[in-house]
Amino acid sequence: MGTRYFDHMATNPMRPEVLEAMMPFFKESYGNPMSLYKLGQSARQAIEEARLKVADLVNARPQEVIFTASGAEANNFAIRGLANAYVKKGRHIVVSRMDHHSVLNPARVLEKKGFAVTYLPVDPAGMVDPGVLEKAMTDETSLVSIIHASPEVGTIEPIAELAGIAKRKGALFHTDAVASAGYLPIDVDALGVDALSLSAHEFYGPKGAGALYLRSGTRIMPLIYGGIQENGRRAGTENVPAIVGMGAAAGLTRLELAQRAEKLSELRDRLIGGALAKIKNIHLTGHPALRLPGHASFCVEFIEGESMLLMLQAKGIYAASGSACSSKALKASPVLLAMGMSAELAHGSIVFSLGMDNTVEDIDYALGEFPAVVGRLREISPYAGGWGAPKEADSCIPKN
Amino acid sequence: MNLRFVEGIKADVTADVVYMMCPMHLLKLEETLKGLDRGQILEIMTDYDGALDDIPGWCLRTGNEFLGVEESEDYYKFFVRKKGR
Repeated sequence: MGTRYFDHMATNPMRPEVLEAMMPFFKESYGNPMSLYKLGQSARQAIEEARLKVADLVNARPQEVIFTASGAEANNFAIRGLANAYVKKGRHIVVSRMDHHSVLNPARVLEKKGFAVTYLPVDPAGMVDPGVLEKAMTDETSLVSIIHASPEVGTIEPIAELAGIAKRKGALFHTDAVASAGYLPIDVDALGVDALSLSAHEFYGPKGAGALYLRSGTRIMPLIYGGIQENGRRAGTENVPAIVGMGAAAGLTRLELAQRAEKLSELRDRLIGGALAKIKNIHLTGHPALRLPGHASFCVEFIEGESMLLMLQAKGIYAASGSACSSKALKASPVLLAMGMSAELAHGSIVFSLGMDNTVEDIDYALGEFPAVVGRLREISPYAGGWGAPKEADSCIPKN
Repeated sequence: MNLRFVEGIKADVTADVVYMMCPMHLLKLEETLKGLDRGQILEIMTDYDGALDDIPGWCLRTGNEFLGVEESEDYYKFFVRKKGR
């Protein structure tokens, strides 16, 4: 029995071409990019080439790309760095309930420091309503941050429209594109964003490399003080191999994006269609159409996501339940709760995120095993006959 | 140091290094000035207090003319005229 990996939102296998590009920078090309001699300057040149490729992926200029150690760092940098740099504009920021903890937690830190934070609600499909953002904006709003696409439910937010609202009110707009960058075309000008976060391992690059796109002319307060790496905005000797890997992965992604989206959308639709047909009392979570290619997420009634994951693992299937953090803490996903789902139903969350290593055979194998696992768990579930009166959990319709 | 405070100088080019770490104010000053014509004025914005010594000192060493500094609430604007007329 081989393994079928359906957790590409958690991470991806690195592409061999990416590893190959990185290898010299672990070994013979070990120079510090700040050093002025040749060994250092060849590392500097490699970083600048990577910067160009990452910029190309999102239609930015190379000087607008700041390398970080992760997508989480890029998000923290954006939220704290921009809110603090533009404090004279006001002390109000807006985030959405779909956002990742690396956006929400820095927002909470700012809240403790005296900022007002609005957490935008979402509809049952996980969409932010532009009208709601419009109403949330005040003259004091300096920053709006809304995730581009959710790694938990796949929903793609109307970023261009939302960013337009922020701009009209004189606020900056950041989007977390960590989950979307390997799957959707991204153009920072078309989206109209001032800042955008990326993570290399989400598009077949290495872990330990991320980036923040920051529009020219935008100020940001550093998170890490020290030397003048990254144009004086992010101190610390650069992780040259990881940055080179991120550049190589960005280059491949740009070339293959259309092909990836087409293949993954087909596999996704096969999985969603099959699961909904074969399993009773299962609900697709997230938007049915405006969702990431390769993203199939469900809530299965009367059983828990963790038990499904363990039993699927025994069959060689690796999937996820909600966010990795929520899953580990056995907490109902805050994203699903924000979408109006009951806590009981949210505990039955399962996410299959597909990647280029998956095949039609993998999907059909999963469609054979997944219903069987659900069936076995329901046989032993104390809720097999339902959640019990007076609760009703026959749909994902939110409790308002 | 020949530090003097000024107001209302009109610059030809502006460079913003607010919140960028030291010594970005000197590197950016040198880099931007290279692209200017002789006699043109560069305005460089920085929140770094050390620039109050560094920029006039750099001008003295390089022969560029330090015109003065304007203080705003949270950063400084330094004005430098590129050497030669």
